[in-house]
Amino acid sequence: MKRELNIAVNGESYNFFIEPKTLLVQVIREMLGMKGTHQACDSSSCAACTVIIEGKAVKSCSILALQVNGKEVTTIEGLADGTNLHPIQQAFIDNWAFQCGFCTSGQIMAAKAFLDENPNPTREEIQMQMDGHICRCTGHNMINEAIQDAAKRLQSRDAAKRLPAQKKLQPQKWAQTAKSGKGA
Amino acid sequence: MVGDSYFLCRPWGREYNCKDKGVQAEMKTITTDFEYLAATTVEEALDLLSQHKDDDYKVLAGGQSLNTAMKHRLIAPEYIIDIKGLSDLDYIRFDEKEGLKIGALATHRSLEKSPIVREKYSVLCEMEENVASVETRNWGTVVGDLCNADPAADPAPPLIALDAKLTIASKGEKRTVHAEEFAVDYFETAVQPGEIATEIQIPVLPPNTGVYFTKYSQMLGDYALASVAVLITLDAKKEVCANARIGLAGVGPKPLRAKKAEEVLKGKKITEALLAEAAEVAKTEISPVSGIEGSADYKRELAGTLLKRVGKEALQRAQKA
Repeated sequence: MKRELNIAVNGESYNFFIEPKTLLVQVIREMLGMKGTHQACDSSSCAACTVIIEGKAVKSCSILALQVNGKEVTTIEGLADGTNLHPIQQAFIDNWAFQCGFCTSGQIMAAKAFLDENPNPTREEIQMQMDGHICRCTGHNMINEAIQDAAKRLQSRDAAKRLPAQKKLQPQKWAQTAKSGKGA
Repeated sequence: MVGDSYFLCRPWGREYNCKDKGVQAEMKTITTDFEYLAATTVEEALDLLSQHKDDDYKVLAGGQSLNTAMKHRLIAPEYIIDIKGLSDLDYIRFDEKEGLKIGALATHRSLEKSPIVREKYSVLCEMEENVASVETRNWGTVVGDLCNADPAADPAPPLIALDAKLTIASKGEKRTVHAEEFAVDYFETAVQPGEIATEIQIPVLPPNTGVYFTKYSQMLGDYALASVAVLITLDAKKEVCANARIGLAGVGPKPLRAKKAEEVLKGKKITEALLAEAAEVAKTEISPVSGIEGSADYKRELAGTLLKRVGKEALQRAQKA
C-alpha cells in the first residue's frame, strides 16, 4: 500500500505517494531527479550516498524514505548559491581532491556536516570523521587537505560576513565620544 | 557448517558478495513489499506487536542493519513496525544512585558525544568512536545494534563488563535480562514475539574501578575479529583485585562473559603473569569459527593477546581511579 511522504529537500517541500520499501536515495535520485547523490555499494559501506538530515550526515541508501517524513534533507545540489560554489566545493577543486568524482558528493556532504559542528578541526579529527568514506582513486590525503582548506575558507567567509556589522558600530562610537567631548 | 552459514548471514561481509556475484547488481534496493506501521508511543508499538504473529514482522529503529539485510534478500518481513518515532525512548540519563540509563532510541552518536557518559563511563565513548562510520552512528541506535545480535558487534563486551541489564517490555509486562544473556545465538536474542527492548541500565561503578575495551578489525570501524572488555575493581588499598568482569565478542556464536578467567583474577594481586594465566583460561571458554578473515586458532590467539593488553590498561585505570 502506498503511503504519503512529505519531505523538504534543499528548502523546497515535496509530496509523494510511495511504496514503503522505497529508500531515501531512491526518492532523491529517481523521484526528484537529483543525481548528485550517488549509490556505489550495496552494503552501506562506502558513504557515497551521504546526505544531511537536520544537520546530521547519514547514508541515504540505508534509510527508508518514510522515516524521513516531515524532515529537512540537504543534498549536494543544495550547497551552491546559484553559480557560486560553496567554499567546501571550491576547496575540493583547488586541492585536487577528486579524480573520477563518484564519492565526492558524499565526501563534501559529510565535510559540511562536520565543519558545521567543528569549524576548526585537526587532521586527526578529519581522519576519524571521514573514515567511512571510501575513495579509490584520489587518495585520502588530498581530501583531508581540502577539508582543512575549506575550514579556513569558511572561517574567513564568516569573518567577512561579520564585518559590516562592526562598521555600523563604529560611527556610533565616534558619535558618543564626540558628544562627551572626548573625541577629536 | 556453522562458519559458512554465519558468513552467509552477515549481509555486508565481503564473503557474501564473493559467493553470489550474480545477484550483486540487484541488491541496491529493497524489492519485496511490506506493510509499514509507525508507532509514536511505547504503548502503541506494543499494541501493534501484539496484533501480529511470530515471524511476519520486524521492528525497525535506525535500520542500519535491517535495511541492508532486506536489500540482500536475507529477510522479507510482511510488516515493518517503525519505532524511530518513539521520542520518549530517546534519552541518556545518569543518576548517582541508579546509574546510567540508555533509551532504545538513543543513537550511537548521542552516546559517543554525551558529556556525562564520557565523564562516568568513558569506555562506552571509546567503543563508540570505532563503531562503523559517523553516518551510521548518526542514525543507528545502540539497543538496535544489540537486537541485531551480530556476534562481533561492539557494544556487547563493554556492557557485559559494566554489568549492564536490558529491559524488555511486552504489553502490560516488563522483565530484565543481563547483557550476557541478551543474545542467545547468531542474530538471535532473548526478545520474544510481542516484546521490544526498551532500555539499557548500567549500575554506578564502585570506587577503584577501571574499565577498558579494544577490538581488532581489518579496517577502522569494521566488525571485530575479536574484541575484549575488562573491568577491574581493586580493594581499598589498591593492591588486590576485588572484582573482575570480562566480556568478549567475535569469538563465538554470541558475545560472552569469560567467567572462569574472571575467577583467576579475583582475590589476587594482578600481575602480567596472572593476566597471561587468565588469557589462557579465557581461550578455553571461547569458540571462534574460521573465516576468510582468520582461522579459529588465529582468533583464539588474538582474543588471548587482547585480553592481556586490555587487562593491563584496565588495571592502570583502576589504580588511577
